[in-house]
Amino acid sequence: MSARDRILAKLKAAPNLPKPEPDVAAWFAGHRPVESTAEKIARFRKHIEFAHAEVHAVTPATWLAKLREVLAERQIDKLLVAEDTPHGAAALDELPRQGVECPTYDLPIEAWKTEMFRATPAGLTAARAAIAETGTLILWPDAREPRLMSLVPPVHVVLLDSTKIYNTFYEATQAEGWKDSLPTNALLISGPSKTADIQVTLAYGAHGPKELIVLLMGDEQ
Amino acid sequence: MNAQPIHFKPSEGFRDRAKAVVDNPFLRQSFRGAMDFLMTKRAGLFPDAEELESLRTLGEQIRQYNLGKLPELLVRLEENLTKNGIKVHWAETPDEANEIILGICKQRSAKLMVKGKSMVSEEIELNHAAEAAGIGALESDMGEYIVQLAGEKPSHIIMPAIHKTKEEIAKLFHDNVPGVDYTDNVDALIQIGRKVLREKFLEADIGLSGVNFAIAETGTLCLVENEGNGRMCTTAPPVHIAITGIEKIVEQLSHVPPLLSLLTRSATGQNISTYFNMISSPRKPGEKDGPSEVHLVLLDNGRSQAYADEQLRKTLQCIRCGACMNHCPVYTRIGGHAYGTTYPGPIGKIISPHMLGLEATATMATASSLCGACGEVCPVKIPIPELLMRLREESFTAPHANPSMLGQGAGYSGLVTAIWRGWAAVYRSPALYRLVTWAGSRFSWLVPSNQGPWTTVRVPLKPAPKRLRDMLRERG
Repeated sequence: MSARDRILAKLKAAPNLPKPEPDVAAWFAGHRPVESTAEKIARFRKHIEFAHAEVHAVTPATWLAKLREVLAERQIDKLLVAEDTPHGAAALDELPRQGVECPTYDLPIEAWKTEMFRATPAGLTAARAAIAETGTLILWPDAREPRLMSLVPPVHVVLLDSTKIYNTFYEATQAEGWKDSLPTNALLISGPSKTADIQVTLAYGAHGPKELIVLLMGDEQ
Repeated sequence: MNAQPIHFKPSEGFRDRAKAVVDNPFLRQSFRGAMDFLMTKRAGLFPDAEELESLRTLGEQIRQYNLGKLPELLVRLEENLTKNGIKVHWAETPDEANEIILGICKQRSAKLMVKGKSMVSEEIELNHAAEAAGIGALESDMGEYIVQLAGEKPSHIIMPAIHKTKEEIAKLFHDNVPGVDYTDNVDALIQIGRKVLREKFLEADIGLSGVNFAIAETGTLCLVENEGNGRMCTTAPPVHIAITGIEKIVEQLSHVPPLLSLLTRSATGQNISTYFNMISSPRKPGEKDGPSEVHLVLLDNGRSQAYADEQLRKTLQCIRCGACMNHCPVYTRIGGHAYGTTYPGPIGKIISPHMLGLEATATMATASSLCGACGEVCPVKIPIPELLMRLREESFTAPHANPSMLGQGAGYSGLVTAIWRGWAAVYRSPALYRLVTWAGSRFSWLVPSNQGPWTTVRVPLKPAPKRLRDMLRERG
């Protein structure tokens, strides 16, 4: 008998004590507000800013200039972009002319892991959506915009469409039918990397990005 | 570099270890300060008592529902993970789990394994097994890294290095990390750890992690963390091995949001952790990063013993938030190391006997005032005080046939049992009671003034010269 069979046999020999199925939907319906877009934006900002992320309201016309500005403030002249995404292509089109080098993630990580870890100061990705309740970005990294882009560079700039903010994580998973479509890696990101492991003193930039900058894309104002 | 493997006999020397901490004002201060901080943070995140109570009830229902279907869900999880390309392994014992993990390492000729925070990997003493096999196992959670550098064990399941001051950590880094000047600036210390460990993430052949929730219907492993080292371990190296106890399973994705909210709010007083990392497969064709192999090791190690009993099964509801230790007056005073087990505090007292047997843990359940704080804050309503009472009973009643726990009766003493039987007999018979209390009040001078541990800090107990019944009679 394998370990698997022995473990399952022990569990099956235990008393069968079925319990009623919990009603998660009812709990959320009764305990979480459904807010307007403006309220969700405000709530999202409040929470993610509390977690030390920087948020800038931008429009399709201004976001590249704001991106250039946040990089310049930090004296960053190199930004990792995903060239097969619309925002990556737009950055690649514009920023090199303004003196920001834009390497692209076009090779598997094995080919350039050292450069990624030692010489990539910033990365640009989009968020798929966000969560107002907790101030959380949802990322589904994929072949075009891989997983390490939002993790290894010390500065992570994220584009978020302000119309794609859900009230809760639960709502996001339900509305988007996650259970039938989960990708290799789905991520919730709610601020820059941090730790309080030394004397419960909060310090940012533990292992992931030290700074998280959200460009919140809205309509022309 | 690593702490010596513990040959767990927590009951042995427990009093001495506890006393050493109680006598150490620095440690007392560290734990008191940290626990007060965590309690305040948690309370701040649950401002609405009704919401808290209903969410705890939901959390309890979710955990009990899933435990009710555990064997079926494990099979379903295995099916769906396999379909997704994740290889599933089963281990009954810590040795089997180590063998599986080190087998994968050897197959890949791995030299270095970087580890995200995993209490189950502590439970199986993976670091020692890896070291013995010539494979480097490096902790990458800042607290775990500090504890490993110091050759110690975590003293708290969420905050492993909570027993250390920043000055101690400064000295530790200065002495052990090449080229580091002494600094006790916390930001600077974290940046030192970041720099060292980044090189290791780059270099490592294997990334190891724990699992907070495994979702059966989707075949997904979920990890909760703030630092990003969990994401590093599960993304940067070519192989990811996850290890978890068989109980950390939920049937549905929809069960995760309430448990996640309970977990982060109860543990550190955060609305949500910085990262919630959901892994459903290895790197797919065309993807440019992520491990090409993902493994999951499912560990029993005594959990099936707890599962076999309706009351003890509740132990397995735990989502490992640590709120019970943060609120425990005993833990706060004696810290995590005194317990001598991987899991300290109230949860440690109720889970460790299943892992180690009651022979090694008989007195653990007695290190409690039964104040009830642990049960009151538990986000999934584990009745910890009731379980402590049950474990006392299992330990101290005479060994009997078909015990529900390994080591049942390990704490049994014929003398103690005889004394209690006598006590019960006196209280059952009014005549005997009158006789004994009469004798007590007349012969109180016979009571010794040295009454063992009691009289080390208190005046001796002596029967009063007059019984209550005599005083009442005199009053008329």
